[in-house]
Amino acid sequence: MTMQIADTVSLSPPDAKARAHAAAARNNLRTEPKAVRIVIITLAILFLSVFVVLPLVVVFAQAFSKGIVAYLAALAEPEALSAIRLTLVVAAISVGLNLIFGLVASWAIAKFEFKGKTFLITLIDLPFSVSPVISGLVFVLLFGAQGYFGGWLRDHDIQILFAVPGIALATTFITFPFVARALIPLMQEQGTQEEEAAISLGASGLQTFFRVTLPNIKWGVLYGVLLCNARAMGEFGAVSVVSGHIRGETNTMPLLVEILYNEYQFVAAFAIASLLALLALITLIAKTVLESHLDEGHDARDH
Amino acid sequence: MTIEVRNLVKKFGSFAALDGVDLKVDNGELLALLGPSGSGKTTLLRIIAGLDWPDSGEVAFNGEDALAQGARERHVGFVFQHYALFRHMTVFENIAFGLRVQPRAIRKDEATIRVRVKELLDLVQLDWLADRYPSQLSGGQRQRIALARALAIEPRILLLDEPFGALDAKVRKELRKWLRSLHHEINVTSIFVTHDQEEALEVANRVVVMDKGKIEQIGSPNDVYESPATAFVHGFIGESIELPVQVEGGLVRLGDRPLTLAADGLAPGASKLFVRRHDMLIGPPGSGAFEGAVQHVRNFGPVQRAEIALLGGETIEIDAPRDKELRAGDTIGLNPRRYRIFAGA
Repeated sequence: MTMQIADTVSLSPPDAKARAHAAAARNNLRTEPKAVRIVIITLAILFLSVFVVLPLVVVFAQAFSKGIVAYLAALAEPEALSAIRLTLVVAAISVGLNLIFGLVASWAIAKFEFKGKTFLITLIDLPFSVSPVISGLVFVLLFGAQGYFGGWLRDHDIQILFAVPGIALATTFITFPFVARALIPLMQEQGTQEEEAAISLGASGLQTFFRVTLPNIKWGVLYGVLLCNARAMGEFGAVSVVSGHIRGETNTMPLLVEILYNEYQFVAAFAIASLLALLALITLIAKTVLESHLDEGHDARDH
Repeated sequence: MTIEVRNLVKKFGSFAALDGVDLKVDNGELLALLGPSGSGKTTLLRIIAGLDWPDSGEVAFNGEDALAQGARERHVGFVFQHYALFRHMTVFENIAFGLRVQPRAIRKDEATIRVRVKELLDLVQLDWLADRYPSQLSGGQRQRIALARALAIEPRILLLDEPFGALDAKVRKELRKWLRSLHHEINVTSIFVTHDQEEALEVANRVVVMDKGKIEQIGSPNDVYESPATAFVHGFIGESIELPVQVEGGLVRLGDRPLTLAADGLAPGASKLFVRRHDMLIGPPGSGAFEGAVQHVRNFGPVQRAEIALLGGETIEIDAPRDKELRAGDTIGLNPRRYRIFAGA
């Protein structure tokens, strides 16, 4: 087999025609024939329309199918309001916790050397690699009536599962990596010299953090918070396991969308869904803006 | 401010970055720490600044224990090789930083800070850059701003870590002269780290040559060049010919060929002979301590550089005046005007 291949190669020396063709190809490296370009672009647009634009349009079309009055009425339902409120509360808690955790973890990882650092980095990524449903189940195993802490919790009359604390915990776990992941590479690139300079100029630890470290990573922080928030508000799997689906109490927006849809209340389901879609759009725009700022930061460093 | 370092040891794992270093720096001195990379010079500088901590040993400023204080309290100006300017602040704010973070009780008012920053910008001759950001400056400008920022806190000591290492050759030469005159003007005790011998010899009052975590020699630029204390210093500073020789019964041998060089007071055994390239004088065959065949000759600025295969089995490069006629294939005699022999292989 190997022999054959070798023969083929040696038996076909590049003739003049092939060489001319290669030269032409080299000249046209960056442009394809017009027909090919049109086909490729059309395919791309078609694909994007069917898989991205169309669903988005459908969400809003369904939501407004019975008119704007029905839409607003669906959102004003007590169940809907409760779901929106709960989603905002849970997102605020988990984004807040993960902001603090992410800052501390990435600061430790990027600016210091210690044993077990690689393990910590792996651990931070864990929620990305575990299915959200499993993550939710873990909390059921820990805090459920038959769980490890279930008896103790019942004795002390503390409700974690099927209540806000459980939903917040599960969401926090799922959105654990976002802030840290956004910051670690950024801070590692920036190194520790500016901090050392600040300290040798007489700045305290806090002054160094707030005047030097934080301003250098602020766009990265916002970027991480943005993605963290989007995921926290949209999380379904883990929350579904720990929420208990108590109507008007422990349903977040994604859970309520499913329930309403299963009950054939399409306008209401898509009205809530339209809010989530809106959140996604806002997130996308904000993300684009932040990314351009992050690039500026990188450029400034490279000079 | 005097600095005294006693028996400093710092290990990174099993690697000894500093292996028992003693050093005294006089008030107002401009001292160079010179050595190859990995010689421990930057570690020593960082320990003096309080950015690193030794495993054992002492550091004293004016006789007071400096290790009892953190970097923040030491009042030491530090200039980094890669400037470490605060990228999100203007040049003005960079220089003002040290004044703005002072404890409230001694912090100066805004007007005083402005005056002080203006003075420093004038000192480094960059007052027209006050509103720029670091990314808008050239390397040489950034390093001068970094120096102004370090000077803003009126440091007791100024430490510079390879201050010109990241700059191109021309800017580096300009800044060298400028640093020396600046030091003359402000006269603060200063230490700078460099691996560039020309820089050390040109700028410093005294040069500390380091290798493998130890100090090899401390002396004036003239001392370390003219009378190197160790084989390492001779090989590191200036361009030297290095030959492995044997000292035996008052004779120096290269391979099996005895050399007509005095071996008085030398310990017998394997040794190293050092001669500066321009200290090898050319004569007719049989006239000198060495004899060899010219391999090829290149003109090299004011001198011609010749590669010579010596009898005894070594090949050396010498620098000879341009008016000396040398041709490949000639056999010549060589006599060292000055030479040093250090014991040890």
